[in-house]
This record gives sequence, structure tokens and C-alpha cells, in this order.
Amino acid sequence: MSEPASLSATAAGADAVAPALSGPRGPRPRKRLSRANIIVYGTLIVVSLYYLLPLYVMVVTSLKGMPEIRLGNIFAPPMEITFEPWVKAWSEACTGLNCDGLSRGFWNSVRITVPSVVLSIAIASVNGYALANWRFKGADVFFTILIFGAFIPYQVMLYPIVILLREMGLYGTLGGLVIVHSIFGMPILTLLFRNYFTSLPEELFKAARVDGAGFWGIYFRIMLPMSLPIFVVAMILQVTGIWNDFLFGVVYTKPDIYPMTVQLNNIVNSVQGVKEYNVNMAATLLTGLVPLVIYFVSGKLFVRGIAAGAVKG
Amino acid sequence: MHITDPSISIRNLKLSFGAVEVLKDLDLDVAQGEFVVLLGSSGCGKSTLLNCIAGLLDVSDGQIFIGGRNVTWEEPSRRGIGMVFQSYALYPQMTVEANLSFGLKNAGLPRDEIARKVAEAARILQIEPLLKRKPAALSGGQRQRVAIGRALVRDVDVFLFDEPLSNLDAKLRAGLRVEIKQLHQTLSNTMIYVTHDQVEAMTLADRIAIMKGGQVLQFDTPHEIYARPSCLYVAEFIGSPSMNFIDGAVAEGIFAAPVGDIALEGYDFAGPPGTGPARLGIRPEHIASGPEAEAMPVRLETVVELVEPLGSDTLVRVGVQGQSLWVRMDGQAVVQPGQALQVGFAPARAHLFDKATEARL
Repeated sequence: MSEPASLSATAAGADAVAPALSGPRGPRPRKRLSRANIIVYGTLIVVSLYYLLPLYVMVVTSLKGMPEIRLGNIFAPPMEITFEPWVKAWSEACTGLNCDGLSRGFWNSVRITVPSVVLSIAIASVNGYALANWRFKGADVFFTILIFGAFIPYQVMLYPIVILLREMGLYGTLGGLVIVHSIFGMPILTLLFRNYFTSLPEELFKAARVDGAGFWGIYFRIMLPMSLPIFVVAMILQVTGIWNDFLFGVVYTKPDIYPMTVQLNNIVNSVQGVKEYNVNMAATLLTGLVPLVIYFVSGKLFVRGIAAGAVKG
Repeated sequence: MHITDPSISIRNLKLSFGAVEVLKDLDLDVAQGEFVVLLGSSGCGKSTLLNCIAGLLDVSDGQIFIGGRNVTWEEPSRRGIGMVFQSYALYPQMTVEANLSFGLKNAGLPRDEIARKVAEAARILQIEPLLKRKPAALSGGQRQRVAIGRALVRDVDVFLFDEPLSNLDAKLRAGLRVEIKQLHQTLSNTMIYVTHDQVEAMTLADRIAIMKGGQVLQFDTPHEIYARPSCLYVAEFIGSPSMNFIDGAVAEGIFAAPVGDIALEGYDFAGPPGTGPARLGIRPEHIASGPEAEAMPVRLETVVELVEPLGSDTLVRVGVQGQSLWVRMDGQAVVQPGQALQVGFAPARAHLFDKATEARL
């Protein structure tokens, strides 16, 4: 009696197992063309077109000759590709009396950007380190004042700085502009570095102190090697900001040492002669190239830096 | 206990952050070569005290002596201490070797002496094969060994441990605990060890300082702290599962409680036996059950409410007159909820505390 009963129980068990085997199994299938995907990709495509279209027009126009531009088809690809406008923009375009193109402005901008970036990052990183790790008296007040500085519009300070630079004998020199850029980068960079150093484990700092490292020892031997990502971020910010600066460049320098942006403006806005749209476009692209390159090159480094920093000791 | 030549001596130490008093007028004497554990729940000030001893926090008032020298204003590196942190705090960009030698380089030691000391520490801690690796390539236990090595190479008198095992899993923790104890026996340095884990405290310490609210409540050997807790907090804090408490009143050698009158025969009063509201504490492992309860001076008829088998032991919650008691029974004991159970204990093993002052009676 008991045996058949147990047999039928096994059979019933097998029946129960069968649907379990044929039911859903493995990863849940995803629909490619779901409503969410259409909305997300649709929005992304529309927005990228919106941003890329002007760039397309610029590139295309810069590769056309003037006769072709006069036809007025700004979206049409060039019938005959010419690099003449690029050459002209770099080495022949006239600004005022000089006719050596943007090349002069390019080297001026390099001479302004490199020292400004190095100086501002060097000072701001030490500032941020001191504020994060060495809680000196008045640190909070100092920090608040510094952050407050980030919210004052530059235009308010233009003229007082002109007077300051004049009194120091730096008005109209590269050095003066470098100092101005370094100081104006201070609030945001200090904030950036302070927050990064605060996020590093405090015990590392304590361990280094027990190990007898001093202010500079800890900064150079412990903090710096761990901070590549934030230095790259600061560099991207500063290079882009200083290279693209127009206001300080036009106010605090003189024509001989105008940065590239000011020179670009002078080329594009020159009122005499024919408006050479292709040269203007090429000049603009040339000016924008440096931040773009920095972004692409260090963007990779940035991601690598973050990945390396993620493995904490 | 009076110490003639203390390794560490703390006098009237006070520390406040603004209006918050973290350490309140704290005194502590640690003997040469002693292993002292600072034990307390989080926020009791134990880590703060350790940081003050290390010199990583400036004190508001009071003095700290290490090896007879007043180090209150001294830099951490000049106090003759080595410190091991909970998160290991190894320098991630340096190899194990560089981690170990960093402090020695800062002290300006010659290269061959650094190499000798690093090799010696690596031998003691058995981390020789790891010397060329970066901390990221080490396991948690290996990292903590390197962190201990960093303190070891510096030839210091005093080791400070700030919850060094709390980031490790249970098995590794037990292993490293034994190693730390072994290391102490080998080196016989003074060690101060902060933890919230009472098992670590009991197993490692020569003496335990139980802290609460920035004060040391009791500073005694593990055995004394377990057997004669000086106040209600210590009694509750030490022991797992924690002590059972019965509310009542003491009068003329009798503890009167809802569960019945308990004659306090054999109880060792801390002072002259007073009268008034009190709490009687008895540890679950000191309550006998079944036939053994028959021999106990105090017996209670109870009903089993809950059973928690742990393998080696079985924890049983029993109810009597609305009072719940935890009883530790043998792991082989067969008990069911609802079953009647006779339990009993000896008043000599009980603890009496004043209800108002929470001090031991």
C-alpha cells in the first residue's frame, strides 16, 4: 500500500518540476526599441545635432574658397577642398599693422597659459592641503573669504587691478597677466584641492606624522602621489579657462603680447576689406583647438587617474 | 595598584572641542611593558585619548608623560611611539619596503641600518616575501601586519593600536589577535590598544580601562572587571550575553524583589551593607539549571520562553513572575519553550548595585 503511494508522490513531484524547467530562465530579455530607449536616444541625438551642426558649418566653410561661399549654401560640403584659409589664418591674416596671422597670438597664449597654470595649481594645491589637513587658527574664516571671492564678478575688479599692476610696474606685461590669472584661479582651485584632500583617509596623514614627516614631507611624499586625478582636473579647468580668456587679455596686455583670443577677435571683427568667412572660421577653429586637444588627451589620463586612485591602500 | 616607574602617565587630561568635553579630567598610569586595553562603546573618547597620547590631537589641559618625559607639547614622531590604525593607513603608492622605511628615512638613519631594521621587522612579522609589493596587492591581514611592522621598525617604547582588527573578518581577527599577544610577549613593549570588542579586550589585556563619556570607569585586570564590576555600566558592558538584572531593594542582608526574597549569604559587600533600592545582577553562565540548581542557595521555578542553540552552549530565556532571565546551559541540553525549569544561583556570584548611584554595593 505504501509503495504505490510513494511512487505516485514521485510522479506528482516530477510533474511539478516540469513547468519549473520550461519557465523563465537566465537573463531577462530586454527590448531594444522600448519607449525609454527611444526617448533617451532620441533626445541625445537631437541635442548632439544641435551642438555639432555649427561646428560642421565652420569646418565646411573653412575648407571652401570665397567664390564658393558666396553661393550661399552654408550646409553644402565643399566642392573643392582648399587649405588656403587655414594657412592664411595662421600666418598671413592682418591685425592692425602686423600681418603674421594668429601664430603670434598662439605663442603669446602659450607663454601666458603655461606659467599661469603651473603657478595657480602649485599654490592652490598647497592651500587646499593646508586647509584640509593642518587645521590652523582661522582656517575656516580664510576659506570662507576665499570662496566668497569666487562669486564676485570679474568686471568689478578690472579697474582696481589696472591700478595695482600699474603701481607694481607690471601693467601691460606678460608677468602681470600671469599673476592676475593665478589669483583669479585661486578660489575655485583651492576649493577643489581642499575637498579632494579632505576625502583622502585622515589616518594616512596621521600615520605620516607619527613617521616623522613634516608639512612639506607629507605634501610631496604622501599627498601628491595620490592626487594625480585632481591635478588633471585642475589642469583641464585652468588651461581651458586661461586659454579662452578674452577680458583680462585685452585689458592687461598690449598689442604686441595679445593672447590668441584677442587676436582672433581683431581678425574676425576687422572692418576694412572683404569679410573672409573661410579665414575667420579657420582662425576660430585654430584658437579652439588647444583646449580641445587638452581635453581629449587628458580626458583619458583623467579616467586612468581615477581608476588608479580608487584602489586605496 | 601603584606604579613606581610608569611607562605612560596621564595627569588631569582634558580635551574639549568647543563646548563639547570629550575627555574629562582623566588620569591613567601604565606600567612598563604592560598591555592596556581601552574599552568602550563608540563615542566614549577611547580613540581620542589614544590620539592625545600619540600627539595627533592637542590637549586642552593636563599632562602626558611617556617614559618619564613630559611629551605634552612634543611632535608625534618625537614621543617614542608607534601607531597602528584601523584602516591600516599604508601609503598606497609605496611598496611594503618603502612603507616600512619611511619613518626611518625621515629620522635620517643611514641606509644600511634602515635595511637591517626593515629586514628584522619583516622577519618577525613573516612578511619577507611581500616587501616588493604595493599595499593594493595585499590582503587585509597582510596589510595589518605591514602596519604593525611600520611601528616595529622604529624601535619605540610604546605601541598604540587604534582598533587594528576591526576591518578584518572574524577568522583573521582571531588569528591576528593571537599574533599580537605573541608579539607583546616577545617584545615586551608597553602597548595601548583601543577596541570596542570585549573579547579582544579580555584576551589581550593585562589591564582594561573601561571608558564612558570621557572618563575611565574602571581600570583593572580582566578577571577583576569580570568578577567585580565597579558599577552598573561595566557590569552590563562586559559579558556576552550580558548580565541579568533584577530590580528590588536591599535591607539587612535580604534582597527583596518581585521574584521573591533572596538572602545575600556569602555576598561580598564592597562597603558596609546599606539599605534602599538596588539592582541585583547575575551572569547567565552563573545560573545553574535542572538538577544542579538543587544545590544552589537561591532557587527559582521558571518557564522556558525562548531557546537559542549556539552549538557549544544553549542560551535559554526563562520567565519568572514577569521577570526574564537568560541562562547559559550546556549545548547538549534538551529544552523546549513552555517547559518548566528550575534554576538557581549562588549570591556569592551575584552583583549588587545601588539604583541611584549605580555603584557596586
